[in-house]
Amino acid sequence: MSTATEVEPSTPQGGRVLKNSLTAGQLPSWARWASIGGSLVLSAIILLIAGWSWAGWIVLAAVLYLISYTVWTYVVEGARHGQDALWSSLVWLAFLVALVPLVSIIWTVISVGGPTLVHPGFLTSSMDGITGVQDRATMNEGAPLAGGIVHALVGSLMITLMATIISVPIGLLTSIWLVEYAHGGWFSRTIVFLVDVMTGIPSIVAGLFAAGIMMTFFEWGNGGVSGGQQIMGFTAALALSVLMIPVVVRATEEMLRVVPNELREASYALGIRKWRTIFRVVIPTAISGITSGVTLAIARVVGETAPILVTAGVASSVNWNLFNGWMMTLPVYIYRQLMEPTAPASPDPSTARAWGAALMLIIVVMLLNLLARLIAARFSPKTSGR
Amino acid sequence: MSEATVTPSSGLSSGGVAGRFGDRFFAGLTLAAGILIFVVLAVVSLFLIIESLPAITASPDQLSTGTSFWRYVGPLVVGTLITSFIALLVATPIAVGVALFISHYAPVRISKGVGYVIDLLAAIPSVIFGAWGFTLFGPALMPGYKWLNENLGFIPIFGEPSATGRTLLTASLVLAVMILPIITSQCREIFVQTPNLHQEAALALGTTKWDMIRAAVFPFARNGIVSAIMLGLGRALGETMAVTLVLSRGQLTANLIGVGNNTIPAEIALNFPEAFGMRQSELIAAGLVLFVITLLVNMLARWVVSRYSEFSGAN
Amino acid sequence: MSKRIEAKDVNVYYGSFLAVEGVNIEIEPRTVTAFIGPSGCGKTTFLRTINRMHEVIPGAYVKGSILLDNDDIYGAGVDPVNVRGLVGMVFQRPNPFPTMSIRDNVLAGYKINGKRLGKSDADDLVEKSLTGANLWNEVKDRLDRPGSGLSGGQQQRLCIARTIAVHPEVILMDEPCSALDPISTLAIEDLIEELKEQYTVVIVTHNMQQAARVSDRTGFFNIAGTGKPGHLIEYDDTEKIFSNPSNKQTEDYVSGRFG
Repeated sequence: MSTATEVEPSTPQGGRVLKNSLTAGQLPSWARWASIGGSLVLSAIILLIAGWSWAGWIVLAAVLYLISYTVWTYVVEGARHGQDALWSSLVWLAFLVALVPLVSIIWTVISVGGPTLVHPGFLTSSMDGITGVQDRATMNEGAPLAGGIVHALVGSLMITLMATIISVPIGLLTSIWLVEYAHGGWFSRTIVFLVDVMTGIPSIVAGLFAAGIMMTFFEWGNGGVSGGQQIMGFTAALALSVLMIPVVVRATEEMLRVVPNELREASYALGIRKWRTIFRVVIPTAISGITSGVTLAIARVVGETAPILVTAGVASSVNWNLFNGWMMTLPVYIYRQLMEPTAPASPDPSTARAWGAALMLIIVVMLLNLLARLIAARFSPKTSGR
Repeated sequence: MSEATVTPSSGLSSGGVAGRFGDRFFAGLTLAAGILIFVVLAVVSLFLIIESLPAITASPDQLSTGTSFWRYVGPLVVGTLITSFIALLVATPIAVGVALFISHYAPVRISKGVGYVIDLLAAIPSVIFGAWGFTLFGPALMPGYKWLNENLGFIPIFGEPSATGRTLLTASLVLAVMILPIITSQCREIFVQTPNLHQEAALALGTTKWDMIRAAVFPFARNGIVSAIMLGLGRALGETMAVTLVLSRGQLTANLIGVGNNTIPAEIALNFPEAFGMRQSELIAAGLVLFVITLLVNMLARWVVSRYSEFSGAN
Repeated sequence: MSKRIEAKDVNVYYGSFLAVEGVNIEIEPRTVTAFIGPSGCGKTTFLRTINRMHEVIPGAYVKGSILLDNDDIYGAGVDPVNVRGLVGMVFQRPNPFPTMSIRDNVLAGYKINGKRLGKSDADDLVEKSLTGANLWNEVKDRLDRPGSGLSGGQQQRLCIARTIAVHPEVILMDEPCSALDPISTLAIEDLIEELKEQYTVVIVTHNMQQAARVSDRTGFFNIAGTGKPGHLIEYDDTEKIFSNPSNKQTEDYVSGRFG
């Protein structure tokens, strides 16, 4: 390591890099790229000999890069830098690995689902009357894709709506009680614990819960046997409520706590009662957070499949009635089309329809998430505005 | 309170009754909501326990599998636990890595983008992951499975590969992809909050970036990482669709890449719609077992978090 | 429109902890009274008993009686909400309602309570209240803008306007200027001079000079030690308290030997 100062032209800004005791002993800046390039080449060579596979090439290249770059750094810069290089490479690798499934999913959804979604009639027709005959025709004779998702859209809408109508008042009132009225006694701690328990309920168990309630209900009425009457849209909505309520309670409780106590005091000091204070001061101040929390809860349950499976049955035609008959939702539609294709011998149309529905579902969920963000940003209380 | 003039009432005890009633009514209403939750959960749990009892206490010949309930549910529990643990094993290092990437390694613009990407992954409904595993991922892994069987087949978990790629290992990997964003976003939140003070103290001593992370970030975040892992585990245990769509059912076997094995949620999802009587009772009982497991995991997580919270240096 | 306040043997509790003990005081209508004393001596706690805000804190309660003219606000059957309509309060930090416009903030005491006002009545009230708070000229052209968009001093005056719009008998002020700059502080102090023509004003302040400037009579509170209750040590004309107090503790405090 020389202590004399030598000049080497190389920085992007066109200046000169000083090579002295502070810069000596370091890897050249092109080392990383050289390592990557070399590994890719070496890996390709090995696999061309041993038997080609794209995945294998990437994986082998990654391993070779890790080894080569780390060792190189180790030799030139020392042990600690070697370790640092290894871990920073691993972190970057983790990122790239995580990207793969996401890209793959999005790609599949768009490439297979896209054409199906825009196929005429897909959004407006249901599966009423669609049997294996049409699907075989589609696959073997090139007939246009039959069937659609309108019944699933209707079902998703109605069930989610009902679930929201049930969950939001109960959830909001509970969190109001927790924040404004409870005094930390055993009952409020129990409620908090129960809400915690509810957040951990697996969705399929929530479905069983709801089926359970409704079965009991019908058993009372029928004197012992429910006979499958409990399978209807409303039961599914109940199951979703079990999943939604804890989310609503959590989110709204947070938002209510954030409202400064001074506002409540200002209101009391004006001779305003507690319930009016809550309604006209606390909730309006927290409303944007509450709304966005509720929207996120909706986004979460709109994609739930398992509870609906065990509570709403399977339908192929449009049903607007939550209290009578079976209903179909988007996620269940996807599941059914994949697990039980309409024409088992010609499953491609079913697969195509499933992906079309999947794209629709993703669009709905994304829109809801976006909406939640927008509401939170736009309607928060104006803290400036001079 | 008068409406004609603009002065509020001058007497101290007049005009209060209606308003006070409003206060009491509303307070009572909110309390009722809380009680409702309590009552409903209690009633329904009771109902489920009652409905499960026939299956739990039945003699083996009354049950669908011809064995006692516990021997029926045992393999399911094992299947559930295996998939979740493998998922956790695979997802955690990658998730921590990505979180570190966002908080400490990525250039600012990329880190924001990656954050959005992770949120996107988290929002995708599980059924879509299942669909992806079913149609794309499973088949794509098949050559990998064949290679594993050919070269490492002496290890029992790499037995005879399935023909469709729909195996326990695939399901575990799909689960891993699903819980990745949950663990990542939790970890990212906590990494980002590492006090600058500690980080700068480390760097000022001449440490490398990795040393600094080990010295300042990880101790601070240990608590948060554990709770993130528990959250991911809880999610994995209860996940139904991603697994149901990807597994092909069969007997319990140690072979991870072959046909067979099942988890509780998948079992319920596949059979409940057409079940009645004793079969229904069996499935409800299985659901109860799952619920108890997830409850225990959640409580364990909470306990772990609270035990270490004094040492984390957070808040 | 202003009442006499008389406190008799008032003890103030937080749960089982006695925070303020044995306060006896008589405050004349249309005067400004200042409560001074070191931190934690109970002056704010006592202030908040006068409009029954103290009991909003869970477990907190008051023993004794406080009379407004001749009505005991802690008497049986008295609704605290009514008391608060008669005794207004201005807080340490300005707290206009962020989701309401300036106009709506002034009218909040009516609107939130569901009391209807005709438009012309409402406009009159807004103008009178804002004028009374010395804020009218500054905001008359932007009454529909958010209340939180004003400067700190303006916000505090808005809160004062909001308080006087409900025509209270008494106005309590809890360190109203401590979050404000000197110019705004001066504006508020001038305002207090004007307010005393119509209302009984009680102000808590940790700033002795302010108490000396603004008040007619001053009450000095002190606390014997941490964990002990606070007491009203001396209550007299402001001039006397600051130049020639009767009690040694008072003298020590106002001459800066502690506090």
